[in-house]
Amino acid sequence: MDNKEKDFVLLKGNEVIAKAAIRYGYDGFFGYPITPQSEVLETLAADKPWETTGMVVLQAESELASINMLYGAGCTGKLVFTSSSSPGVALMQEGISYMSACEIPGVIVSVGRGGPGLGTIQPGQADYHQAVYGGGNGDYRTIVLAPNSVQEMGDCMGKAAKLTFKWRVPVIVLSDGMIGQMMEKVELPPFTPRRTEEEIGQQCPWATNGIGLKHRKYNFMSSLEFDPQTMEDRNQKMADKYRQIEAEEVDYELYKVNEDTEYLIVAYGISSRVSMKAVDLLCEAGVKIGMLRPKTLWPFPNKAISQLSERIKSILCVEQCEGQMINDVRLATEGQATVYHSGRSGGMVSSPTDVVEDFKRMARENLSKNWPKGYWMK
Amino acid sequence: MTKEELIIPENKIYGKPTLMNDTPMHYCPGCSHGVVHKLVAEIIEEMGMEEDTIAICPVGCAVFAYRYVDIDWIEASHGRAPACASAIRRLWPNKLVFTYQGDGDMACIGTGETIHALNRGENIAMIFINNAIYGMTGGQMAPTTLMGMKTATCPYGRQADLHGYPLHITDIAATLEGTCYVTRQAVNTVANIRKAKKAIRQAFDNAINKRGCSLVEIVSTCASGWKMTPEQANQWMTDNMFPYYPLGDLKNTVKL
Ligand SMILES: Cc1ncc(C[n+]2csc(CCOP(=O)(O)OP(=O)(O)O)c2C)c(N)n1
Ligand code: SF4
Ligand SMILES: [Mg+2]
Repeated sequence: MDNKEKDFVLLKGNEVIAKAAIRYGYDGFFGYPITPQSEVLETLAADKPWETTGMVVLQAESELASINMLYGAGCTGKLVFTSSSSPGVALMQEGISYMSACEIPGVIVSVGRGGPGLGTIQPGQADYHQAVYGGGNGDYRTIVLAPNSVQEMGDCMGKAAKLTFKWRVPVIVLSDGMIGQMMEKVELPPFTPRRTEEEIGQQCPWATNGIGLKHRKYNFMSSLEFDPQTMEDRNQKMADKYRQIEAEEVDYELYKVNEDTEYLIVAYGISSRVSMKAVDLLCEAGVKIGMLRPKTLWPFPNKAISQLSERIKSILCVEQCEGQMINDVRLATEGQATVYHSGRSGGMVSSPTDVVEDFKRMARENLSKNWPKGYWMK
Repeated sequence: MTKEELIIPENKIYGKPTLMNDTPMHYCPGCSHGVVHKLVAEIIEEMGMEEDTIAICPVGCAVFAYRYVDIDWIEASHGRAPACASAIRRLWPNKLVFTYQGDGDMACIGTGETIHALNRGENIAMIFINNAIYGMTGGQMAPTTLMGMKTATCPYGRQADLHGYPLHITDIAATLEGTCYVTRQAVNTVANIRKAKKAIRQAFDNAINKRGCSLVEIVSTCASGWKMTPEQANQWMTDNMFPYYPLGDLKNTVKL
């Protein structure tokens, strides 16, 4: 990579993650290869940012190591990220919990594939629970951004960098193998210089980097407490912060939603791209349907969905798994609308006509009696 | 001569390092951890590296190390200190970065991170408190527990068919190309404390001067875990640990 690299380029989503991170002034990357996101580390290795911006790139021995490298680096006030896919992100859960406990910034890119277990290397969205609810221990939340284009993959790296330092919570960029692998035209961000050590010293007085130690009390990062009351106080402080994030950082996009809308699709990532086409096909056929696309999965656009639910007939939740985000959509409706599932899993991805067919079934309310409302027997 | 006449600055030959604060230590009487903490504090002070040191403490009895030595500390999750330290050292090329770990932390749950940080030749120092037991959790078997030694999880003594053999992590470290200095020390006598201090000092110098990874094992006592008095523990260590884990340098590629 050199500074002569063009700003408009045709790239894969994973490549843009790498190139955008360099340009946004990230200080380091730590990761372990896994399909379908290996291009992140490969692109960084090829671009050699350590020779230009000074960004550190290290292939770690495991995802366990990567996330703990992130933890250590974040503790010192550096802007760092890792990238992985489903089984790899599973290994990172302990570290994400520790980062959350000590309120450490860091960005985790998760490019989902089919699961569970080793699963498949094809695109999947079955890691919604893993990202949004987390598999680490304790009371913690992570901000989850959901890009749906190659352009947004890059944009999210900038947004994540800001949010993770603003709130001191880990930020997960939850993508999928399709967005990671597909090529689109993108505009790369301008180069932002990495912060100097002096700037880090000024901006992160909490960080454990020794800066100014002679004029302050020493800093430490620890999640261990002997006194449960102290731990509860810490948790409540964090919960207050989480409520503030819920109030301030919700982001979503409406597609063809207006006063006449009767049906709503809720979808993120690759499912929102497929659903956009389905909405177009249905609108052409005269159906009053629109789409709400959460751009943040946590905090979730509860209010927007609740308000729309008051006046629509039903909601189709499209996701490439057997139904995970659907639970959040149901909660958001506050019982005002029935929510139906549409989607494939295991690495299979719906086509727009699949979504149209599922919409038709929803519209016919073609439900099996002994099947929970909102699901069809296949 | 009166006491007042004797206790004057000119007569002072030894003192507590100023980096060591007055927080009461939670370590048991006779525990090696406290002595090694003091050495670390003394060395950082002597090197004038207070503002340029980032220390990583483990999960184990030393989990609260950050309470006693007034430098910036990070408590890593169990076994992950070497990964943490690797990233920090690469991002802060002018800092002294070291880990302080027990045998369970370094040679069991964190073996992967340990071997790979050593083998990458990370410019960090690792201090390894080998007390052959899990002190913090109440005296269970450690990877370094000696054959026949009794612990809470091998109450009839460690035996090969049930528990396998003690792991010689330090010997393994010496075979790795990324290490420049691997040594085994103890802090049971004044002479040994002096030697251990020299070893830690060299490991820190190596880290700062980017000579590769250094590992300083301190063969240690855990009187509580071993269910002995501090005196008995020192004797037991001398009689049983030293023959199995002999003191001295295992590797030193640094020609000063
Ligand atoms: C993931 C995880 N597993 C288990 C524990 C419980 N645990 C805490 S300390 C420890 C053993 C520490 O032994 P060692 O590293 O030898 O340190 P020592 O206390 O002997 O100095 C264990 C198993 C933990 N905190 N985290
Ligand atoms: S339990 Fe053992 S290692 Fe822990 S403080 Fe006591 S003597 Fe030291
Ligand atoms: Mg131990």
